Amino acid sequence: MTLVSGWGRFPVVDSDVLRPRSFAAVGEAISAGTVARGNGRAYGDAAIGAARTVAMTGFDRVRWFDPATGRIRLEAGVLLSDLIETFGPRGFLPFVVPGTRFVSIGGAIAADVHGKNHHCEGGFGRYVESILLRTGQGEVIEASREQNSDAFFATIGGMGLTGIILEATMRLRPAKTGWIRERVISASDLDAAMRALDASDSATYSVAWIDCVARGKDLGRALIYLGEHAGKDELAAGAAAFPIGKDPGLRVPVDLPSMTLNRISIRAFNELYYRMGARRTGGSQVVSLYPYFFPLDSLKDWNRIYGKRGFLQHQCVIPEQGARAVLGDILERVARRGDASFLAVLKKLGQGDGILSFPLPGYTLALDFPLRGDILNFLDEIDRLVVAAGGRLYLAKDARQSRATFAAGYPALQRFNAIRKSLDPAGTIRSKLSQRLFDEV
Amino acid sequence: MTSRKSVLVLGGSSDIGRAAARAFAKAGYDVGLAGRDVAVLEPDAADLRARYNIEVGLYRFDVLDTASFESFVGGLPALPDVVVSIVGLLGVQEKAESDLAHATMIMRSNYEGPSLILGLFAEKFLGRGNGTIVGVSSVAGDRGRASNYVYGSAKAGFSAFLSGLRARASRGGVHVVTVKPGFVRTKMTEGMKLIAPLTVEAPVVGDAILQAVESKTDVVYVSGKWRLVMLIIKTLPEAVFKKLKF
Ligand SMILES: Cc1cc2nc3c(=O)[nH]c(=O)nc-3n(C[C@H](O)[C@H](O)[C@H](O)COP(=O)(O)OP(=O)(O)OC[C@H]3O[C@@H](n4cnc5c(N)ncnc54)[C@H](O)[C@@H]3O)c2cc1C
Repeated sequence: MTLVSGWGRFPVVDSDVLRPRSFAAVGEAISAGTVARGNGRAYGDAAIGAARTVAMTGFDRVRWFDPATGRIRLEAGVLLSDLIETFGPRGFLPFVVPGTRFVSIGGAIAADVHGKNHHCEGGFGRYVESILLRTGQGEVIEASREQNSDAFFATIGGMGLTGIILEATMRLRPAKTGWIRERVISASDLDAAMRALDASDSATYSVAWIDCVARGKDLGRALIYLGEHAGKDELAAGAAAFPIGKDPGLRVPVDLPSMTLNRISIRAFNELYYRMGARRTGGSQVVSLYPYFFPLDSLKDWNRIYGKRGFLQHQCVIPEQGARAVLGDILERVARRGDASFLAVLKKLGQGDGILSFPLPGYTLALDFPLRGDILNFLDEIDRLVVAAGGRLYLAKDARQSRATFAAGYPALQRFNAIRKSLDPAGTIRSKLSQRLFDEV
Repeated sequence: MTSRKSVLVLGGSSDIGRAAARAFAKAGYDVGLAGRDVAVLEPDAADLRARYNIEVGLYRFDVLDTASFESFVGGLPALPDVVVSIVGLLGVQEKAESDLAHATMIMRSNYEGPSLILGLFAEKFLGRGNGTIVGVSSVAGDRGRASNYVYGSAKAGFSAFLSGLRARASRGGVHVVTVKPGFVRTKMTEGMKLIAPLTVEAPVVGDAILQAVESKTDVVYVSGKWRLVMLIIKTLPEAVFKKLKF
């Protein structure tokens, strides 16, 4: 047994970790209470098997690639960072990337990850054509929109609970360069921030950083980052069409004492960040895709900033109708506490594609909290607001929501469970998350 | 035929072999992968073709079958620019202490076979007047240890062979690289307790091999820390060394 945790380092639990070398060995590795693990970037307990965890990053081969269309067949352990580095210079990028490039294809499909373009281009699953799935029952099936379509739509966003994804065929986006034309808008409060996001619906990429300690008339003040793919003619003279993604140079060498992030340091950081960003508003600048999409990746092991006890991310989505009032209420409470960190993000989402996919048309707010004090009670309080507004929490970030919160947020759960049951009547595939939230006990 | 450079990787299905093949392919080399079971190499060949749009050839090669070496080299469609031997077998020390067949296999897989095949390539390269030879040896060959001296002694022999070959071949325009990876997280070391700060992932070794070839380095300790560790281990007096447990 090994102690395993997700990116948030909470909870830490025992699981038997296996690293099979062949698809046949993956099949043999599956026993009661197994789930797949990609690169471990889910924050909570999604990628930890109830009894056994099957690590998939060893499966990192490209099967084939069609340079004419950008279609590609891959093993599930290929990382998006690898895909970007290899095919970027050949003119293709993933359609959807999350806020870190160190996630696997399997993990990106299982969480149906969203990027800064979800409002107009949808999630990762939309660009997946088919998957090769090893079900809990021991079958290996190819699933697509036409063939085994129930299994397909349950696997996209299904958090690994339909089985282990072995391979996937997907489409890549033609991209002339690896640069983004970025425009920064500053918004002095929540209303302005939401208006700015609404007005940017036609921008390919949009996301807002929110100052979650600002209060009173500054409540919800934000910087909105818009982005478009830049053409070759927009690059500085002599710039390579494809920038190099440096390995994380800086690294957090030790667990910092949990005092490091306190009200005062967060407030000071946010003030500085807001003012510096506000100075960049106005014109647009061309920036490398790496800092634009993956601002946190330059600091390796940054989860150690939060100290040994780890941290929690709370990411909810609130349907468009009435979102303003609920978001205001949440931000008000968070600002009053003052310990949410600087990684607060607000963005618009569109319709999700998978049965259990997180996105729904509305606004998503993501906040990080160090694990201390009464934080668990506080987040339960926030959850009540989310549920009352018809919203839900993101499973890839969750480590603590209640069964009731989950069930209220995901009305398609019944249908998902039925498909899961048909693929795995014995209930072999189980993660700590599924045990916590929806397996029969 | 392309005008690209080419590399032949012996032991292509190992984790380090795959990583080395990727590093060279990424740098624009055509790649040959050689191993006991060609079918096992197919997915890696497809991977390299899809990623880097290069040519990849597959060849059957068994390091214990020394009788086949001449025809293996003669049967290649072209002599590569670089040949890398990753072949090796860790074996089980305790078993090798009493099982002569097992000990023999470890010795042959780590010393006899790799030395003979690289020696053969060296002759061809010298005849042509250029080429690079890379042997992946081990820090275990720097000093025999109680816990793995069968493997270590074979690697020591291989390191000595490469060192001598380098001295001779360099006069004929052929460069020889000795790579000592230290702990690498691979199939071979799975389940072993490795010291984290001294352990690297296979791609780091792959990149180091390419780097050594391009910069004409002679001996590479993949993680710089190993050079120091082994310096200390090598200089410990035998009287002290034999009392240490490792
Ligand atoms: C800094 C940071 C920023 C992030 N930003 C975003 C963001 O902007 N948008 C977003 O959507 N997410 C974001 N995430 C979350 C991340 O994208 C998801 O958690 C993603 O699933 C992680 O992929 P992984 O390969 O690390 O998977 P893991 O964390 O290892 O696993 C995640 C889930 O996928 C399943 N899984 C993994 N591999 C397979 C497989 N082969 N077959 C079946 N199931 C599998 C696991 O069982 C688990 O349920 C962010 C995470 C971090 C750390």
